[in-house]
Amino acid sequence: MYHYDDFDQAFVAARVAQFRDQVARRLSGELTEEQFRPHRLMNGLYLQLHSYMLRVAVPYGTLNARQMRKLADIARAYDRGYGHFTTRQNIQYNWPALKHVPDILAELAAVEMHAIQTSGNCIRNVTADHFAGVAHDEIADPRPYAEILRQWSSLHPEFSFLPRKFKIAVNGAAHDRAVIQAHDIGLQIVRDEAGELGFTVYVGGGLGRSPFIGRKVREFLPERDLLGYVEAILRVYNLEGRRDNKFKARIKILLHEKTLETLKDEIEAEFAERDATLLDLPQSEVARVAAFFAPPALEPKKPGSDRVERRKGKDARFASFFAANVTAHKQPGYVVVTVSLKPIGAPPGDASADQMDAVADLAEDYSHDEIRVSHEQNLILPHVALDDLPAVYDRLASVGLATPNAGQISDIIACPGLDYCTLATARSIPVAERIAQKFGDGAKAKAVGPLKIKISGCINACGHHHVGHIGILGLERAGEETYQITLGGSGDETAAIGQIVGPGFSSENVVGAVETLVETYMGLRTSEAETFLDAFRRVGLAPFKEALYERSAGSDI
Amino acid sequence: MALWRTGGFAEDSWTRLADDTPAPAEGAVVVSLRRWLAEREALSQRKAPVGVSVEAGADAQAHLSDLADRPLVALAFAKFADGRAFSYARLLRDRHGFKGELRAAGDVLIDEIPLMLRCGFDAFDVTDAPTLAALEAGRLPGPALHYQPASVAGERPAGSRPWLRADISQRKL
Repeated sequence: MYHYDDFDQAFVAARVAQFRDQVARRLSGELTEEQFRPHRLMNGLYLQLHSYMLRVAVPYGTLNARQMRKLADIARAYDRGYGHFTTRQNIQYNWPALKHVPDILAELAAVEMHAIQTSGNCIRNVTADHFAGVAHDEIADPRPYAEILRQWSSLHPEFSFLPRKFKIAVNGAAHDRAVIQAHDIGLQIVRDEAGELGFTVYVGGGLGRSPFIGRKVREFLPERDLLGYVEAILRVYNLEGRRDNKFKARIKILLHEKTLETLKDEIEAEFAERDATLLDLPQSEVARVAAFFAPPALEPKKPGSDRVERRKGKDARFASFFAANVTAHKQPGYVVVTVSLKPIGAPPGDASADQMDAVADLAEDYSHDEIRVSHEQNLILPHVALDDLPAVYDRLASVGLATPNAGQISDIIACPGLDYCTLATARSIPVAERIAQKFGDGAKAKAVGPLKIKISGCINACGHHHVGHIGILGLERAGEETYQITLGGSGDETAAIGQIVGPGFSSENVVGAVETLVETYMGLRTSEAETFLDAFRRVGLAPFKEALYERSAGSDI
Repeated sequence: MALWRTGGFAEDSWTRLADDTPAPAEGAVVVSLRRWLAEREALSQRKAPVGVSVEAGADAQAHLSDLADRPLVALAFAKFADGRAFSYARLLRDRHGFKGELRAAGDVLIDEIPLMLRCGFDAFDVTDAPTLAALEAGRLPGPALHYQPASVAGERPAGSRPWLRADISQRKL
């Protein structure tokens, strides 16, 4: 993984000092809240319902054990003993005091971490595939490019006051695990016919109140041109993005209003004028950064493991864990282990300090000191020898982290919702908990198969409901929480925005509605191999609509 | 209001002309962009310097090339959070070869001045009291290390890997 050199370390230290000074000026009253707001946001600090909330970046989702232990220490010392992993490879602390935030940032800097640009109207934490470097369908590791973009975008003098937030994601595999088409810029690593590495570039994806799937603006962008092209997009957006209405300020609206062709022409015209001497990526620089992400030297192993087979035979729960949470590693004899942060009946994405420490220990003992954070709010041990899997499983189970539900119906993405967030219009965590309780993590969930449920507590869509196979949006109607359901959304390379199925459901009835949808799917699927999403794409809304509103008593309308 | 340039506070020798005030024969004046575009020919005949002020919120992009030969361009920030003028500044300096004084006006605050400097601003009309106090104390907050060398003078490569890195700690203010 990337390691700071003296320059990076001095930069982050200077940033901490700068923020310490800003906080002091805010506390003394020299800075008004309005003047302070952009500065605290550019350091990931929100003013929430009950307290400040600090969002810390886990750049492209890669962590080592020392960093994870620091996150645990911070949770103990400055928060209430836990943290919340988010849908953009960040961790949030919900209860820090403003006066302590500079100290927290200094602690993070000591382990090469920061909260720079995790919020605010600037270029946000650049995200990537959480299976980067270990996926066997990978064209190239996306993390070197994400790191180059992270450095280039850090405190960029021209792009620190954009019309609105700006999110970039990079995916390096054939399968899109980084939801790139729901980002302001999505970069898909590809090779051209000559075998040269480059990017297919998508612009204008985004969820929120006006969801759009990103549109392709470049089929093939040579690696060398990465920063020149990204700068061109940012400059067009900074100059022309709407600033009169924050709900219409994202680049997706600019694209929509201007049309794809016009925006594309403007980007290309700006790109043609770039300062190539400054922005062209030197091959040597790519190689320098890529070297940090070289895979660990994994001892050759035979592909199977008798130990794992024996345990699967006598322990059904271990077998379920193996089926759901274990993914093939590109090197035979190794696996990628997903540590579900979705125990049945608990808030999705939360981890206690003790759990963080336990994962750090496991990473050191069994995963070459590497941990990943996924946008699906889970943790990952990327390099586990198959033979070690029973031991890893037992230790995860001892701290409540062996929930065998990765990718299943109870592996739900949910935003913090009305329990924490000032913007929310309804609760999301309790709905996620109740759905998870309904289906569990055993035979019932397994029978349903892969199904992504995503829940947002307001139209800002932090829970990505638009790209959930089943999406749930919590709204407030006449003082009551109402949940609108969408079907058929998808966040991968076949990205699609879900379609609203009909009138919403009360908090009481929404879980029953999900149950009806799942039963309907199981009744109409051609075989167990046809997933919910495949079945929906084959049959469309009608059978689900009928089941919800004509046959069932679930509807409130 | 005080004028601060890299180097310290300075007397402002430029007079701002209202659109309906005839240009005096002598002295450096600043006119609005609208007036510059309307009376460009006549104003160009003037021997004394004519600068142009772009009002806050105006879409200046189309006119940047018209301003490239001016001795002074003032870009106003309606709100410090309106970041368009950062791009105008870079375009003026980097693309249109603007060599004159680039002045930030309007909502100019101490925390944004370092970013403005790096985008090519070199003069600031300051009214905010804490900003004036900080400048008087010679205090410009923020890191002196940067990942994006701008084209402004005084940025030098840092360390052994110059690409995209700049250290401005030695720059004279």
